[in-house]
Amino acid sequence: MKVLVCISHVPDTTSKINFTSDNKEFDKNGVQFVINPYDEFGLTRAVWLQEKNGATVTVINVGRAETEPTLRKALAIGANDAIRIDADPTDGFYVASQIAAVAKENQYDIIIAGRESIDYNGGQVPGMLAALLNVPFVNACMGLEVEGDKVNLIREIDGGKEKISSTMPLVVGGQKGLVEEKDLRIPNMRGIMQARTKPLNVRPAVDADHKTAVGTFEKPAPKSAVKMIDADNVEELVKLLHNEAKVI
Amino acid sequence: MSVIVYLENWEGKFKKNTFEAAQYAAKTAEMMGTEAIGVTFGDISDDASVIGKYGVKKVMNVKGGDFTEYNNYKVAKALQEVASQNGGDTYIISGTFNGKAVAPVLAVNTQAGLITNVTELPSSVSPLTVKRSVFSSKGFVSYSTEAANKVVVFIPNSVGVEEGAGSAEMTEMNVSAGDVPQSNVTSVDRVKGKIPLPEAERVVSGGRGLKGPENWGMLEELAEVLDAGTACSKPVSDMGWRPHTEHVGQTGIAINPDLYIAVGISGAIQHLAGVSNSKVIVAINSDPEAPFFKAADYGIVGDAFNVIPKFTEAVKKMKAEN
Repeated sequence: MKVLVCISHVPDTTSKINFTSDNKEFDKNGVQFVINPYDEFGLTRAVWLQEKNGATVTVINVGRAETEPTLRKALAIGANDAIRIDADPTDGFYVASQIAAVAKENQYDIIIAGRESIDYNGGQVPGMLAALLNVPFVNACMGLEVEGDKVNLIREIDGGKEKISSTMPLVVGGQKGLVEEKDLRIPNMRGIMQARTKPLNVRPAVDADHKTAVGTFEKPAPKSAVKMIDADNVEELVKLLHNEAKVI
Repeated sequence: MSVIVYLENWEGKFKKNTFEAAQYAAKTAEMMGTEAIGVTFGDISDDASVIGKYGVKKVMNVKGGDFTEYNNYKVAKALQEVASQNGGDTYIISGTFNGKAVAPVLAVNTQAGLITNVTELPSSVSPLTVKRSVFSSKGFVSYSTEAANKVVVFIPNSVGVEEGAGSAEMTEMNVSAGDVPQSNVTSVDRVKGKIPLPEAERVVSGGRGLKGPENWGMLEELAEVLDAGTACSKPVSDMGWRPHTEHVGQTGIAINPDLYIAVGISGAIQHLAGVSNSKVIVAINSDPEAPFFKAADYGIVGDAFNVIPKFTEAVKKMKAEN
């Protein structure tokens, strides 16, 4: 079995977000980059498939050389090899097309991407990748078990969940539940040493369209000061919510 | 040229979310000088003419064996079919779990420009330009697309709905989805009697300050009188006090209700990222230094076990008086 895990290289969840002075770009100054948290659940699940089902796990990223430490971290967590497509990931369709080209060549059984990346929150790549490969797509996936040639999955839906059975190959948009937070693998010293010698192949981008263009960034409007209410006067809060904020 | 809108229904019923999609589509169509056409699937038990109150006069009701259960490829195929019969080039989809799975497939199949996580109506329609949320609501950016076809996915409850006058005509339509990738739904498990978080207009949320899962009863009571959904912080879901589906924040669900009440949640940057789009935030915390107070509109420093029951009583009293 061959598993491909798509890895986004994103600002750490605690990062303060700033934009360049012309507001045309995200300001990377002083920002720590990590594996996208949604991708981490899929990566650990893939490593389990490697240990339990003998799967080979490849990680892939579309990005410039600066993303290689993030791929090395994924290798340290347990992936067998890594691929970096040398291109700027500026548009969902463009990125999905790059990964689809690799997937068509290597015939993966399961492709796991995070449901969305925590930088652009587009949630576009996994579904587009599935459509480009013409295979089933299970989004917001919170459970995955391989049973023979079938995959049993759980998908979050509005107000509940749905159990799904699918053939392989398929594409999964993953989230928490693929593994639990406490089960997430972190690199240990042995893994970090091994990762240094694992293959990390850099490939040129294939030709693909950019379907969207990014305009000007802005920060959210600052909040006005909080209005404090005494704990013994909760009725006052209810009045404010009713008369002033008009939300109840 | 026309605008095609996916009008999701839940077991034959429309929700506020459906009306928001209709209105988004109608307003976009108006900007483009064209009409919006709704598409809904399966047996509809609600009165579909109500869709007209939100500006969409024409609704296609797609039926047939292919649509008895949800499959994102099939829904995309049917939307594309309605578009090809009506000169549709712009698709509007609400960012529900189902909508988010349909949009990328539709975009690939129609070679469309896809813009997701949208928070406002388009600022321009030539080229189509819309504002969207990025970095888990820590920023916004305008996106545009020059592609001939466009797919816009907006965040539920971000643009709101206003009921107007008008009535929609619903026409049945049979579509064959053809040979599309198929996975099979083996069971559906919906929580009964609870308001799903992404569509909740009000949300009551608890954190570690509540000390244990046995103390959620008072939050549920408050949620009930407010007609609110319940949510929790990441540590609470990680400890198994509450299900993952209630975890709001950067790596859980991002929500934007009219009212968010945070009880015993300190307000870590990752939590705020998922809730800062709420229109009004109330923070209740025993620690006066809790960072949440900086992000809140109203705050109470106090013990949740003392404040929450009083809050519930005060809401009941207010409702009785009004």
